[in-house]
Amino acid sequence: MTEGPEGGGRAAFGQKSAELAVAAFFFVIGAVVIADSLRLGTGWQEVHGPRPGYFPFYLGLIMCAASLINAARALLAKRAEDKAFVEVGQLRLVLTVLVPTAVYAGLVSWIGIYVASFLYIALFMRWLGKYPWWKAAAVPGCLIVVFFVVFENWFKVSLPKGPLENLLGLG
Amino acid sequence: MEEISSLIHGFGVALSPTNVALMFVGVILGVIIGVLPGLGGANGVAILLPLTFGMAQTPGGATSAIILLSCIYWGALFGGAITSILFNIPGEPWSVATTFDGYPLAQQGKAGQALTAAFTSSFIGALLAVVMITFLSPVVAKFALAFGPPEFFAVYLLTFCAFVGTSKEPPFKTLAAMMLGFALAAVGTDTVTGTLRLTFGSTHLLTGFDFLVAVIGLFGIGEILLTLEEGLAFRGASAKINSKVVLETWRELPRYWLTSVRSTLVGCFMGIVPGGATPASFMSYGVARRFSPDGAKFGTGKVEGVVAPETAAHAAGTSALLPMITLGVPGSPTAAVLLGGLMIWGLQPGPLLFVEQKDFVWGLIASMYLGNIAGLIVVLTCVPLFAAILRIPFSIIAPVIIVICAIGSFTVKNAIFDVWMMVVFGVLGYLFKKTQYPLAPLVLAIVLGDNAESAFRQAMLMSQGDLGILFANALVGTMTTLALALLGWPMISALLGKLRGKQG
Repeated sequence: MTEGPEGGGRAAFGQKSAELAVAAFFFVIGAVVIADSLRLGTGWQEVHGPRPGYFPFYLGLIMCAASLINAARALLAKRAEDKAFVEVGQLRLVLTVLVPTAVYAGLVSWIGIYVASFLYIALFMRWLGKYPWWKAAAVPGCLIVVFFVVFENWFKVSLPKGPLENLLGLG
Repeated sequence: MEEISSLIHGFGVALSPTNVALMFVGVILGVIIGVLPGLGGANGVAILLPLTFGMAQTPGGATSAIILLSCIYWGALFGGAITSILFNIPGEPWSVATTFDGYPLAQQGKAGQALTAAFTSSFIGALLAVVMITFLSPVVAKFALAFGPPEFFAVYLLTFCAFVGTSKEPPFKTLAAMMLGFALAAVGTDTVTGTLRLTFGSTHLLTGFDFLVAVIGLFGIGEILLTLEEGLAFRGASAKINSKVVLETWRELPRYWLTSVRSTLVGCFMGIVPGGATPASFMSYGVARRFSPDGAKFGTGKVEGVVAPETAAHAAGTSALLPMITLGVPGSPTAAVLLGGLMIWGLQPGPLLFVEQKDFVWGLIASMYLGNIAGLIVVLTCVPLFAAILRIPFSIIAPVIIVICAIGSFTVKNAIFDVWMMVVFGVLGYLFKKTQYPLAPLVLAIVLGDNAESAFRQAMLMSQGDLGILFANALVGTMTTLALALLGWPMISALLGKLRGKQG
């Protein structure tokens, strides 16, 4: 976080590498689908007709072929078209949200969705919004009470809870 | 005039106090969803859908549930215009074209006029589309009653090929995204033989990927990540609408009747074929600019430039429900989510709905009239309130939206695994958006994958594996041929373009 603003405009990834990465992702998924379809059988079966692997097999083939074409198009694109996919500054912002979100999703199963949400919103407000601690605690505090009433009492939907709720006898 | 009596019956269903209250709740929620970044029609409905599971079990509850959800959709359609005009930020992709003339108008201090024009023309576009649905859908449904598996597969084929042929994204990217959707739909238990597919021994995947989680992640989290790149602040014009401005604008609007009619036609057409509201709004803006006597001044703040895209977007968004209720093939991602809802509630969308669930269908159609009236009232009276939502700092609103998305993903199947999947889909949504892979066909493929596959397999069983059944009679043959033509359209048009280039 010490880098000056001049570092923020640099390209973190080029558009071409991003295109190739996404095309590779599609190719791998396509290959996985083909492999599993071959296991299930792609042919004809009495009574049931086409075997379970028939439909996915061709999907996988199309996916692999399409991703090869997309990769080729990305490779053949003119150099001038290879603009920044994401700039360093932008990527940093995206990651400052993405990483906590991933941690948050991981925490839900440990400490329940209410406590995790409280921490997530509070830290988000504190770090990105630079709010004083009492505000960063009050806003999510009120919100999770509202969420609790709406979901548990009105809609009768039980959301994941953790040790704190059990301690309070709400679990 | 059987439709009229059915419709009057439908109004009886829709006008119950509960349903009218739900309409207003739905519209207000919808406008809020439409105004907020990262929440839109599709994922807003997806988040709230699980909450209606209980509601739909009670007698008449499915009708109330669809009224609530479809009104959220109308609200979101209205809400997109508010952010476009006041903040120059399109809250929804279909309101991008509204910014071209809407924002300049707001900068000239005519925000009230622009908003009134946008809301009124949205309303008119939707109303004309509903009238079309009222009279056309029973006809289409009756026609489709005779459909067998080959015909249904041809309809699905046509839908998906139309995406490849009409989308502005590169065709092979559209194809790849669509196939990913089908592959995700195939995960889990095979509906025909009960075999497990693509689960790789994971118990989490036994029931497959839920399209609701995919929609919430792709559109919700992905959109927030994209918004972040633009920075953290919103700055916008203030909005005041009073009755004087409204009446003045209404007096001006009849002048643009021809634009409205043209835009409605464009919208209805684009809504029924799965193009959706977004291309409809751009196309309609382009058409209006070409034909209007003031065409050259478009982009500097012409009311007509707001009327055209808004009318078309709403007409398209509304008519996207026509193929959904009559054929079970949604015309837009939001319609796809609504369709998924019907299936979860135990209603089989398609032509039989008009025979077996008369109350439901006509209640829904009547609620489209009423919901749009409710929408117009709500937005005209509450604009300042909704605009105030956007003044909440991003560092508060963004985590709150993500928390709501997480809760929404969890409630789909009460599985924490789905919250993790939401994050994964969020990253995918961000990457796909930035590399121009379209999300709409992906979502439609997840929703329709199983149906399309079983239609195909039943058709193959009928013909003992002969693909010729897709050309067996005039109807199915025409649809298949049309589908293949649309599939090849990008290549044909590229070829034509080259030929023309050589001549020039």
